[in-house]
Amino acid sequence: MASYEIEIILNRQLADCLSIPVFITDIIGNLIFYNEAAEEILGKRFEDTGEMPVEQWSTDFKPLDEEGLPLPPGELPLVKTLSDALPHHKTFQIESMQQKNQHISVTSYPIIGRTGKMLGAVAIFWKSKKE
Amino acid sequence: MKINLWGVRGSIPTSGPETAYYGGNTSCIDVWEDGWLLILDGGSGIQKLIINPDLKTKRIDILLTHLHLDHIQGLGFFKALFDPKMEVHIWGPASTTRTLHARLSRYLSPPLFPVLIRDLPCKLTLHDIENSIFNIGPFTIQSAYVIHPGPTVGFRVTGAHSVLAYIPDHEPALGKSAIISDSKWLSGFDLAVGADLLLHDAQYTSKEYQHKMGWGHSSIEDAGRFASIAAVKQVLFWHHDPYRSDAQVNEMLAAFKKDTNYQYTCQPAKEGMQIVLK
Repeated sequence: MASYEIEIILNRQLADCLSIPVFITDIIGNLIFYNEAAEEILGKRFEDTGEMPVEQWSTDFKPLDEEGLPLPPGELPLVKTLSDALPHHKTFQIESMQQKNQHISVTSYPIIGRTGKMLGAVAIFWKSKKE
Repeated sequence: MKINLWGVRGSIPTSGPETAYYGGNTSCIDVWEDGWLLILDGGSGIQKLIINPDLKTKRIDILLTHLHLDHIQGLGFFKALFDPKMEVHIWGPASTTRTLHARLSRYLSPPLFPVLIRDLPCKLTLHDIENSIFNIGPFTIQSAYVIHPGPTVGFRVTGAHSVLAYIPDHEPALGKSAIISDSKWLSGFDLAVGADLLLHDAQYTSKEYQHKMGWGHSSIEDAGRFASIAAVKQVLFWHHDPYRSDAQVNEMLAAFKKDTNYQYTCQPAKEGMQIVLK
């Protein structure tokens, strides 16, 4: 397989330096990298899983609305970004590995390189102040 | 494919006996095959470039990896640009905001240079390139953005029988993880993979690199590792630090060879060197 564009590689290197959770996906939503902080959200280690197809990782990640009901994928910032190539932000709940719901805020942005082509997307997570 | 090295120094030309062996001119090479000529980068070395009378056409193609001064400063002194009979094509990385013409004009215009691009007598065509594949005579050329400040590409030049990879300014180890051995995550890998000859940035020792991270260059150790992952056959270490004497370049190579056992052959690039790839 050909190498990723440098904009993707540099996003990974940046994510690797951050203490906040970061997901990086390709243009169809396959999870191509998540950093150490994000491993807590998924309950998996990147070293063990490597890249994950969208069908696989999306079932590990359980977003819920304010009433604790499953959030449709189309409401998630990362999914929106992949669809419209724009940044998005939302606060919602996720079911943690310990079966405890926690509020998180997510900001996503598209990776659009020098060629002007959409290459993927990044989602940054942090615990909401509601906690 | 025949390759002549006209300048191998990084950052700024040097002069004096302490750098005379490896040479003080900045990046420029020419590549010949079947009577066609490519010039890669227009550093100060281009001033000395002699155009072989075997050139089949009146066309010359200059491929610029980026527009840092040490890669373009010789352009204004390249005689073919002032020859109305010559057709010169300059290829350089596209930026998101300004054309290659606009960016080159910053240098090739007063007060930095007395002659404007539009006044050059040759038949000049400029080409903005990105992650591109194009053909020039017998060559197929792949350009791809690589990690270096500002829009910067490396080149993979494929001739009839051999492949040259040219990545003179490159920092594939930028980041906490340094060089990631998974080739998918390695800047420049597609350009270099399996090449017969790789010319690659090796400006620093690993100790120096710790203080120069983000400047866009590689340690010789990182360059060596990159070459190994890309499984190239031969490496010339490029972009010698302007402060490094010939003796220090030799010491650097000796230390590198002592600590590593890679399969490829390697040596520091030397101005005036000619390599024939068969």
